[in-house]
Amino acid sequence: MSRSDVLVDADWVQSHIDDPKVVIVEVDEDTSAYEKNHIRNAVRIDWKSDLQDPVRRDFVDQAGFEALLSAKGIGNDDTVVLYGGNNNWFASYAYWYFKLYGHDSVKLLDGGRKKWELDSRDLVVEVPERAATTYKAKEQDTSIRAYRDDAVAAINTLNLVDVRSPDEFSGKLLAPAHLPQEQSQRPGHIPSARNIPWSKNANDDGTFKSDEELTKLYQDENVDLAKDTIAYCRIGERSALTWFVLHELLDQPNVKNYDGSWTEYGSLVGVPIELGANA
Amino acid sequence: MCGAKAGGPDLAGVDVASETIIQGSVTRDGEPISGYVRLLDGGGEFTAEVPTSATGQFRFFAAPGTWTLRALVPGATVDRTVVAQQGAAADVAIAV
Repeated sequence: MSRSDVLVDADWVQSHIDDPKVVIVEVDEDTSAYEKNHIRNAVRIDWKSDLQDPVRRDFVDQAGFEALLSAKGIGNDDTVVLYGGNNNWFASYAYWYFKLYGHDSVKLLDGGRKKWELDSRDLVVEVPERAATTYKAKEQDTSIRAYRDDAVAAINTLNLVDVRSPDEFSGKLLAPAHLPQEQSQRPGHIPSARNIPWSKNANDDGTFKSDEELTKLYQDENVDLAKDTIAYCRIGERSALTWFVLHELLDQPNVKNYDGSWTEYGSLVGVPIELGANA
Repeated sequence: MCGAKAGGPDLAGVDVASETIIQGSVTRDGEPISGYVRLLDGGGEFTAEVPTSATGQFRFFAAPGTWTLRALVPGATVDRTVVAQQGAAADVAIAV
């Protein structure tokens, strides 16, 4: 894998908008954004109603993912290009799902919806029609997914990268500041985690920094990439972006996203929690 | 949508007493403009970002202290400093 295999720019998308083997998919935190407008020929995946189990806290299972992609008209041999708002937080989260279920060719649009808008590129309201497919998902690749026990076992042993903002890490805030702050879990972070906010991976316009800048970022923060790494945030979407940087852009093999993240860890009984800023 | 509303979105239904709210509007020549607003903490680090509404408005739930708002719109970036406190929404009008 290299950057050009997993990341495309707006010009690339523009020139593949009518390519029948390329499916452009918008995934937004604000799931109504697609209804306002979207890139022409883009379909929508709703990160909440499409990707989560409706009852338990977990993902849609393999059969559910197959049904979803079949209904969206995505084939196993299609190239999927994901983009979204919030600097691609939820598009990165969807990217990680596609990889979890073994989709071969999936890419992110660098800068996502924001860069596309700031460049004043065209957005439309027409919803494309794609014929249904018979999609076959693979079993979950758990080499890229961490669970709560992995997070606890990683304390003082593996790299734990907390990608939330410094105020969430220290315990001052419980959620990103565009959301209300009343939450049930305890504030703070997993002991021994390094706070490397997801935003340090990106420029103001949402595009990713260069491989050289990204490598230096993690080296300067003393992340020993020879060791396994677990990234987490609040619900696993921002850490999916950091997972994308480490695993896909920088080609580090032993990186997992802990999707339970702080809303799970901060609610566990008896686990250690640390307060305060990065040491 | 024509005519920008002064200040941030309506606070009806928001628990103002327990939240620390920073909100406002982004306009160009008095008209609302669509774009993004980032919230940076006292150290200049990104804390949150929202797209502006159809009326150019935005809102954050922060913590007491000094923050920077950065409006990103096509062709311009504008910073504003704001002091937030719990119980009273800080309203910031940003002209770009």
